[in-house]
Amino acid sequence: MANGIRDKVAIIGMGCSKFGERWDCDAEDLMVEAFEECIEDAGIDFKEIQAAWLATAIEEIHVGKGGLPLAFALRLPYIPVTRVENFCASGSEALRGATYAVASGACDIALALGVEKLKDTGYGGLPQRSRGSLNSMWWANYSAPGSFAQLASAYRAKHGIDAAELKRAMAHISIKSHDNGAKNPKAHLQRQITEEQVLSAPMVAEPLGIYDCCGVSDGAACAIVTTPEIAKAMGKKDLITVKALQLSVSNGIEAGHNSWDGSYFMTARIASKRAYEEAGIRNPREEISLAEVHDCFSITELVTMEDLHLSPEGGAVKDVLDGFYDSDGGLPCQIDGGLKCFGHPIGSSGLRMIYELYLQMQGRAGKRQVSNPTLGLTHNLGGAPHQNVCSVAIIGQMGA
Amino acid sequence: MVGLTGFGGYVPRLRLSRKSAADANGWIQPGVKRFGKGERSICNWDEDSVTMAVEAARDCLEEQPEREIASIYMGSTTFPFQDRQNAGIVAEALNLDENLSTVDIGASQRAGSSALGAALDAAKGLDGQHILVLASDARRTRAGAQDEMIFGDGAASLMVGNSGVLAELVGRHSVAIDFVDHYRGENRAYDYNWEERWIRDEGILKIVPDAINAALSKLGVSPDTVNTLIVPSAMKRVPSKIAQMTGIAEDALMQSMDGVIGETGCAHPLLMLSLALENAVAGQVIVLASFGQGCDVLIFKVTDAISSYKKKVGVSGYIARRREETNYGKFMAFNDLVVQEKGMRAELDNQTALTQLYRRRDMLNGLVGGECEKCGTRQFPRSRVCVNPNCNERNSQKPFVFSNVPAKIMTWSADHLTYCPDPPLHYGMIQFEGGGRFLANFTDADVGKVGVGQDVRMMFRIKDFDNNRGFRRYFWKAVPAMEKEAQNNG
Repeated sequence: MANGIRDKVAIIGMGCSKFGERWDCDAEDLMVEAFEECIEDAGIDFKEIQAAWLATAIEEIHVGKGGLPLAFALRLPYIPVTRVENFCASGSEALRGATYAVASGACDIALALGVEKLKDTGYGGLPQRSRGSLNSMWWANYSAPGSFAQLASAYRAKHGIDAAELKRAMAHISIKSHDNGAKNPKAHLQRQITEEQVLSAPMVAEPLGIYDCCGVSDGAACAIVTTPEIAKAMGKKDLITVKALQLSVSNGIEAGHNSWDGSYFMTARIASKRAYEEAGIRNPREEISLAEVHDCFSITELVTMEDLHLSPEGGAVKDVLDGFYDSDGGLPCQIDGGLKCFGHPIGSSGLRMIYELYLQMQGRAGKRQVSNPTLGLTHNLGGAPHQNVCSVAIIGQMGA
Repeated sequence: MVGLTGFGGYVPRLRLSRKSAADANGWIQPGVKRFGKGERSICNWDEDSVTMAVEAARDCLEEQPEREIASIYMGSTTFPFQDRQNAGIVAEALNLDENLSTVDIGASQRAGSSALGAALDAAKGLDGQHILVLASDARRTRAGAQDEMIFGDGAASLMVGNSGVLAELVGRHSVAIDFVDHYRGENRAYDYNWEERWIRDEGILKIVPDAINAALSKLGVSPDTVNTLIVPSAMKRVPSKIAQMTGIAEDALMQSMDGVIGETGCAHPLLMLSLALENAVAGQVIVLASFGQGCDVLIFKVTDAISSYKKKVGVSGYIARRREETNYGKFMAFNDLVVQEKGMRAELDNQTALTQLYRRRDMLNGLVGGECEKCGTRQFPRSRVCVNPNCNERNSQKPFVFSNVPAKIMTWSADHLTYCPDPPLHYGMIQFEGGGRFLANFTDADVGKVGVGQDVRMMFRIKDFDNNRGFRRYFWKAVPAMEKEAQNNG
């Protein structure tokens, strides 16, 4: 492997809007809200930003195409602004663009901003949209919950797990995230839930009930990055640096070749291995302090714990039910409430996850603060289990 | 010798309980109450005359895959396309060689029998090939109409040729009389009917017996040699009256399946003929009379070859494959008889890029994927680079037809969110025997009865409607096999 990105780029400022049904906000308002916090945190003049990446996935229902929406919203001084989209990993892609630009020396200070205004469609759930001229003629008509629900049937068949036990572990995942989200003023959903509520909720896509699904909301998050040297020259201490940025994109094996059994994410297994190597992590279960994973659905989080090599294969149900990923467990997961409580404004989720880790590393996470985190992992999945993109990012204390 | 060389059929699985319709409409149309017993076949929301014809054709063809088809003659009064050849869609779904002629025949309840007659005429010139005759109808009716109770949906298939003949054509006779018992004018969804007693007395009971008598006398067939008489009519006592008037024994009459699947329009005479052939023995004489602005009479004599003919599912098999539907509201919704709240998710624009459809028509119409000539991996769709990670050879795939390959369910879910006219929408990864898979929509699936490991068969169905433009997309869906329960309830 190449040398990688470890400790070559520091995050010097971050911001995150309140997530939720922001009926009063345009995407412009959300971008500015996140950016105001970020630029103040970074302590620089916004005109010092030399390049920017905008992540937004379903641009046709809010800002439209190109880099213009970000340049206009922030009145950026005619710098390069690139819009990126890679399904649910879009926010992480923006960070990758900004980080690589700084690491390459092409610029000193770069901005990554993700935004999505989903609640202008008139209905709940993710917006329906065309999938391409050929795909729409043969891809099964399916929804996000229905496609991720497929995991449950395959996982059960593979590991011989009883439906009720799996459903209970899935319920625990959602209950844990709601417990965490209740402590987060920026979360969309801030109420705790009970197992009874989860198990008796209406079915969305079997076996996923309402509480097995993340919310749908509006939001924005952003990061300003530079080199550790420049950060230090600015007087920044206790730097938070990028340790790894990996992405794995399906090439059709899962969808078209009989070698995949449907119970896990090939991409996540590959991207996480590469990320650990890039970050110099040998035993992720021990070394990772915190994880923010793509809990679009409870079953996704469950199998992801194995795909990230945090739980042994077939062991996630036990780890989940044992509370290993709870806020007081061995590896707190979704300490901010996750997609479950923040909802999933697609372009912003990756950066929202990084934001929480950044706060935690700096001891600024308030009621959610865990003790002395050094390395944190974020994970995004876009698409469906049989064809998806997966990003894994690791950030942490400089030198950790 | 010219005659029938194969037979099959298809009846949709759903059977509307006629009681449910009578209960719903009896308050305003008390006359329908007398039809309140039994069932009628109804198309699922994703079935139409083309999809039923494809299934009927497969029923006939799959046991004789080596046969060369020279033509398809398709009869229907409910073609989904007014101007896009419907038989041509069927031919592509069947992956037939494009060097064939395809004909749509419509505009009368005799469309099926006329297609058969025309095919038999043409068969004389065949050189070992066969003609596939299809008749398929899914007639729409207004809520509460008597026809709603009597009609059924279905399709029949017959193969015609001059070799391997199962039932020889003794001869045929047709009369054309513009007796307008009903009609369906341009751009009208429903029939307009005249008085039933007049139709019976002045129409059927005059035109049909005369035509049969003319045929028997012209062909020198004595009525007492007729073993099977097919006169599709749901009117009580009409078939037996016709038997009397033609001197054919009443016990030669075939039941019309009223209250079982109903009267399947122009498919019905052929559907009954196909069913008759299932139980026919050598030497039997079959007389078929089909009424509709005149009458077609066809007379067949069953040959010895019938004893070695292997049917696949057959009309009887599809009649047995049934699920009762007691929800009349669902029938109304499937047939646009009610203005229904479908939710915003139903508003998705389903415009079809016809250029794209044409480029990939073998894939979309025929479920043709690829088989890598280097590593042997079967894959769907066929692609430029082999999907096998240990191969990835470029430009190595030859076409491979998946439509008849058995498959199993690998993963599944029942989705209540995605718009579907019959929720929940079932779908999942299916895996074909011998390799190849894709995430497919399921149809004819029963809630609570879908599971990992279950056997499925692919069927050609409507994928999406584009109501803005009057188009419909067809593609293949997985249908849980009825015979076997899921081996594992995952």
